[in-house]
Amino acid sequence: MKIKLSLCCTAIAVLVGAPSVQAKPFKWSSASDIPTMDIHSQNNALGNGVHAAIFDSLVYYDSKTFKPEPQLATSWREVSPTQMRFTLRSGVKFSDGSPLTAEDVVFSINRAMAKTSNFAVYAQGIDKVVKVNDSTIDFMMKGPNPVLLNQLTELRIMSKAWAEKNKSVDPKDIRAKDETFAHRNAMGTGQFIVKEWQPDQKLVLVKNPNYWGKSDSNVTEIIYTPIKAEATRVAALLSGEVDFILDPSPQDLGRLRSSPNLKVIDGIENRTIFFGLDQFRDELPGSNIKGKNPLKDLRVRMALYQSIDIASINRVTMRGQSQPTGALVAPQVNGWTEGVHKRHAYDPEASKKLLADAGYPQGFEVDFACPNNRYINDEEICQAVTAMWAKIGIKAKLRTLPLVTYFPMIQRFEASIYMLGWGVPTFDALYSLQSLTRSLGTGGDGNYNVGRYSNQRMDYVVDRVKAETDLLVRNRLLTEALQLQNDTVAHIPLHNQIIPWALKKNVDVTHRADNRLDWRLIKVN
Amino acid sequence: MKNVISRWLDSDVGYSFRTSPTAIASALVAFVCIFCCAFAGWVAPHNPFDLTTLELNEARLPPAWEAEGTRKYLLGTDDQGRDILSAVIYGARISLSVGITSVILSMLIGVSLGLLAGFRGGWIDTVLMRLCDVMLSFPSILVALLIAGVGRALFPNAELSLAFGVLIASITLTGWVQYARTVRGSTMVERNKEYVQAARVTGVSALRIMRRHVLPNVLGPVMVLATIQVATAIITEATLSFLGVGAPPTTPSLGTLIRVGNDYLFSGEWWITVFPGLMLVAISLSVNLLGDWLRDALNPRLR
Repeated sequence: MKIKLSLCCTAIAVLVGAPSVQAKPFKWSSASDIPTMDIHSQNNALGNGVHAAIFDSLVYYDSKTFKPEPQLATSWREVSPTQMRFTLRSGVKFSDGSPLTAEDVVFSINRAMAKTSNFAVYAQGIDKVVKVNDSTIDFMMKGPNPVLLNQLTELRIMSKAWAEKNKSVDPKDIRAKDETFAHRNAMGTGQFIVKEWQPDQKLVLVKNPNYWGKSDSNVTEIIYTPIKAEATRVAALLSGEVDFILDPSPQDLGRLRSSPNLKVIDGIENRTIFFGLDQFRDELPGSNIKGKNPLKDLRVRMALYQSIDIASINRVTMRGQSQPTGALVAPQVNGWTEGVHKRHAYDPEASKKLLADAGYPQGFEVDFACPNNRYINDEEICQAVTAMWAKIGIKAKLRTLPLVTYFPMIQRFEASIYMLGWGVPTFDALYSLQSLTRSLGTGGDGNYNVGRYSNQRMDYVVDRVKAETDLLVRNRLLTEALQLQNDTVAHIPLHNQIIPWALKKNVDVTHRADNRLDWRLIKVN
Repeated sequence: MKNVISRWLDSDVGYSFRTSPTAIASALVAFVCIFCCAFAGWVAPHNPFDLTTLELNEARLPPAWEAEGTRKYLLGTDDQGRDILSAVIYGARISLSVGITSVILSMLIGVSLGLLAGFRGGWIDTVLMRLCDVMLSFPSILVALLIAGVGRALFPNAELSLAFGVLIASITLTGWVQYARTVRGSTMVERNKEYVQAARVTGVSALRIMRRHVLPNVLGPVMVLATIQVATAIITEATLSFLGVGAPPTTPSLGTLIRVGNDYLFSGEWWITVFPGLMLVAISLSVNLLGDWLRDALNPRLR
C-alpha cells in the first residue's frame, strides 16, 4: 500500500512537473464506436479512418488532391498490363520495433482476400501477390485494373509475425461471436499506437515513437469518445469537452455556427444512403403475407420507392443537409451521370395502383430495420418513411438498432427492408456495384448485397467492367449498370449525405469527402 | 352514491381533505390527468399512433401562440409531425398504466412476503429481510436497469408487448421491498395481540388469520405507501425510457418523448421536450402531494 502510494505521489509529481506545453491531445467524438480493431473484419468507414492512424497502406489519398500518393510503397511501375511492381519504403518499423518486410505485405493482402475478410472488394482483380525480394513485391492481376491504386488505399498492412504470435492470422468473422486478439488489439506502422480501448467508452491513441514518416500534426494523443445522443454530443463540443465532432446533427448547425469559439466546415460526403430490400427469401418473417415474398415483385418495390416524399425528408428531416438522388453513387464517383441521378417521381397514387396491380390492394406488413447511430438522422428518416408507407397501406414494423448489432444482423440476411449508406473510397462505381448489386459470390462479389438481389444482366455487366481496359467502354458499362439498378429498383436510393464538421476555432483539419480525418494534418493551436 | 360521498366528507379523513387546499388542488390535477389518459381516444385531438395521419411537412411546428403555430396543433408538433398535445396524453396513459400496474404487482408481492415474514418469523423472516437489505443497498434505478438489461438480452427480438413486460417487471421487482418492510413491522405488532391469539386458539388456520385478521389491520400504511409509490414508479419508468431501455419510440411514454425532444433542445425547438416534462411533473407532483396528505390524515399522532 505504502509503495503504491509513493508511486502515485511520484506519478503526480512527474505529471505536474513535466512540461505540458508539448502534449497536445485531440479529443473528438461521433455517434458510434469503431466496430473492431481488426483491419479486415468490417468495412466500416469510421473504423477504417481510425485504422488509418494506426496502420499504413502501400498508397494513401492526398487529402487535398484525392490522388493516391506513396505511403509504405515509394514507387510502382507496370511490368505488364497484369503485373504491377511496388518498391517498399526502407527503414519502416512497426511500433514494436520490428522492421516492415515484403512478407508482411504479402501476408496482409492475402489476409484481406481470406474467406472471413470483409475487404475482398478492395482486392478485386488481384490474382496473387508475390515477393520478389525483401523490398519489392509484384501484384499479379486477373486482368488490367485501372483502379488498383485506389483500392490499395484501403488495404492496410499488418505484421505477419504479430498476427501469427497472437493467433489472428484469419480476420475476425463479422457474423460469428467469437473474438480474436486482433479484434481488440492493433499493432501497425502508423503514426499512432493504441494505448487504451474500452469499447463504446473511450479510445486513446498516442504517438508512435518508431513512426517512419514526418507529420505536420502537433497532436500527441488522440482521445475518441463515442456519444450516441445528438444533443449530448453537441453539448460536449459547446462545453469544450471535445475539440471536434464528425457528425453534428442538422438541427444543431445554426447554434454551432453562431457560437464564437466554434467553426463549421461544410462538405459533401461521398456517401449515398439507400434502402435495401430482401429479394431472395420465399417468405419474409414478420410479414402477414405467407408463402410468397412481395418484395420480389418489381411493382411492389416501385410502389415503395414512389411513395417516399424525398423533398420533405430533405427539407424537414435533413434541413437541407442532403442531396436527394436516384443513383446508388454520389456525383464524384466514376460512372455517375445526370441521367442515373434522376429519381422516379414521388407519386403516392401511382404507388397505390402498383400495389393493387401486384395483388396487395390492402398493402401488407413487413419488417423494417434501421441503425440508430450510423448515418445522419437515420432513425428519424426511417420513422418518416414508415409514416409515408403507412399512407399507401404498407405497415412497416420499424426496429432501430445500434450499429454494433445492426451490421452483423443484416449480414446474416435477417432484415427484410434495411437502411444502408455506401461511401466509395475508390471513387469508382464498380466498388458499389460489385458489393451491392452483383449476385453473391467470391472475392467481394455481393458482400453487402444483403437483400440478395440477383440479375443476370447486372452480373454480366459488372463482371465485364472488372476486365474492361478501354476507359470509355468501361464508364459506359458502369452507367449502364447504375441505370439497370434504377430500372429494376434493386435498392431505393435516398440521398447523398452532406456532412459538415464542427470544431473549435483553434483546431485545423482538412475536410475529406470520405468523411474521415487525415491524422497528418490536424493542428491544435 | 350521494350518501356515500357526504358520509365520507363528514368522516375524519374527509374533514382533513375538506380543510386542506393542497389536497383538493392536487386531487383535482390528478383527476384531470387520469381522466384525460383514461379517455385519451376522446380527449386527444389526434391519434399520434396512426401513422397515416402524420404529415412530415407539418413537423416541428411551434405551439399555437407562437408566430408560426397553428390552431390545429395547440402545443406544436414533433420531428415527425405528431401533435405534441396528443402525444403527451397518450404517452401519459402509457406511463400511468405502467406505473399503476407495477405498483399493484409489487404491492401484491411485498404485502404477501411481508405478512409471511412477520407472522412466521424464524428463518423465513431472516432470509426475506436479508434479501430486502440487499435490494435496498442498491439504488433502485440501478436494479431496474440491470433487470431491463437482462430481460433484453434474454429476448433480443422482443416484440412491443414484451418490452412493456420487461419494463413492468423491472419496476415491480425493485418496488416490493418497501411494502414487505412496512407490512412485516406492523404484522409483528399485530401477531401478539389478543384477537390473533384468540383466533389461533379456536383453531383458525395461519393463512386465514393472516388474510382475514392481520391484513386489514396493516393496510393503512400500505395505502399511503402505494400512493407515493405510483409517483415513484412513473418517474422510474420515465427514467428508464429516457435512458432508452423503456418504452419504444413507436409507442412513446413520457420518458421516451422527453428523450426524443432532448435532441432538439439546442436548436430552439423547446416544446418537443418541455410539454412531456411538464406533464410528468404535474402527474408525479399531484400524486405525491395526495400521498403526503393521506399519510398525515391517517396518522393519529399528527391529528
